[in-house]
Amino acid sequence: MNSQNIMFVILATFIVLSSLATVLTKSIIRAATYLLFVLLGTAGLYFLMGYTFLGAVQIMVYAGGIIVLYVFSILLTSGSQEKLSKNSIVKVLGSAALSLVGFAVFLFMLFKQNLFARVAALGAPTEPAGAGTQNSIHEIGNALLSSANGGYLLPFEAVSVLLLACIVAGLLIARKY
Amino acid sequence: MFDFSEISKWLHGLLTGVMPEWAAILTESVLVALAIITLYAVFAIVLIYMERKVCAFFQCRLGPMRVGPWGTLQVFSDVFKMLTKEIINLRKTDMFLHNLAPFLVVMASMVTFACLPWNKGAQIIDFNIGVFFFLAVSGIGVVGILLAGWSSNNKYSLIGAMRSGAQIISYELSIGMTMLTMICLTGTMSFSEICEQQSVEGWNIFRGHIPAVLAFIIYLVAGNAECNRGPFDLPESESELTAGYHTEYSGMHFGYYYLAEYLNLFICAGMASTIFLGGWAPLHIAGLDGFNGVMDLIPGAVWFLVKTFFVVFLLMWLRWTFPRLRIDQILSLEWKYLVPITMLNLILMALVVVYGLHF
Repeated sequence: MNSQNIMFVILATFIVLSSLATVLTKSIIRAATYLLFVLLGTAGLYFLMGYTFLGAVQIMVYAGGIIVLYVFSILLTSGSQEKLSKNSIVKVLGSAALSLVGFAVFLFMLFKQNLFARVAALGAPTEPAGAGTQNSIHEIGNALLSSANGGYLLPFEAVSVLLLACIVAGLLIARKY
Repeated sequence: MFDFSEISKWLHGLLTGVMPEWAAILTESVLVALAIITLYAVFAIVLIYMERKVCAFFQCRLGPMRVGPWGTLQVFSDVFKMLTKEIINLRKTDMFLHNLAPFLVVMASMVTFACLPWNKGAQIIDFNIGVFFFLAVSGIGVVGILLAGWSSNNKYSLIGAMRSGAQIISYELSIGMTMLTMICLTGTMSFSEICEQQSVEGWNIFRGHIPAVLAFIIYLVAGNAECNRGPFDLPESESELTAGYHTEYSGMHFGYYYLAEYLNLFICAGMASTIFLGGWAPLHIAGLDGFNGVMDLIPGAVWFLVKTFFVVFLLMWLRWTFPRLRIDQILSLEWKYLVPITMLNLILMALVVVYGLHF
């Protein structure tokens, strides 16, 4: 056991427990709070791997953006109905079947690619994989704005057009009332 | 200049000599965490005393005078009073979230506090993407404030939390864009590199002249709003909302909000001094070598603290001079004036950098 493994086990346990709490709790605002913990734990995993940019994006977009949006909309809409409604038996069975199918696909992929043997052959990591210069902000910026092979200029522009459309649509909806 | 990383390297060597590496790293993390928490408490006490005195002098009063010489022990007695107070459990509220909210706020504030560059090599969290990490983590505090307002089961708290959420989310935009403007000039997001560069090439506010000064002013306005202070203290405006989102808190849970408020002021000022005023970089004037040599003798930590407290004084001056704004005035100030100005300023800075017009 080195420090990487110990931190991974702590973070993984934290993420699993928080995810369980998210789906099992009855109060909607508590579910949002536990979801915040799940997302922070995921950001912790990225930091552990050395992908600091991805970790910071995770915190910024999900913890600082999406969760705030969730909590805000819960505060604005809910009055007396802060509890989640009771699930019918069909709903429970349906979601159980769906999650089983998802788990089966996941397991199938794991065994098809023979990932267990490959991971065991790799051995435990002792230092962050992403440390070093290959994931610096300069590399990411150059890759985002390059039109060469492996560049992401087209998706970048497509996303910016999409965001502009969202802003215009938001203004339109806000103007109506 | 004195490089603090020599001390940390020496300590690391000493610890790895007597224990395995993971235990050494754990011990170092605990030591650093203790140092951060101690500094956090010390600066909170200094800032609260300073706020009371500055406020008093602006209002032609003396401020605290009775406890200790010049009232210096007043804050310590207040801290002990707060520590001995009872933490009240409210009925018909979600106690878990009610108790969790102050910790979220204080945690976000402590992580951002750890990003500050104290001296050359004395940097706790120093990523390649430092500025972005700082902006990301400071966003978590909003969740704490919203949860506090909701779980208090009190309409004034809820209104305070709503106002605070709207205000902080709006002004984060200006802070992010002014920081982007300065990153455009420095070409790096790491705080240590930003300071290093300024110690060689001069402070950013002089290097970037017009756009940098504009960005500095906008940063001060937005930072003041982000800390819920000054003319923007609507979330806790005592004449309308009793105390806003922390009305229902007592004892040390209220103390955490109080701590976080003052430390956010310090962090905001510390970021201004890092990004615009050179952090630990001493004042150098080209051509005056004797003067520069004398300035180099002053330790970097002293430079950083002097600059930071200068900005803190500016922010306190603002707070005790201007009357409080209305919520619609605050939001229209941000969205109709500051955001367009910062956007134009960003373009101006990009032009300045592209044509090499900076120093």
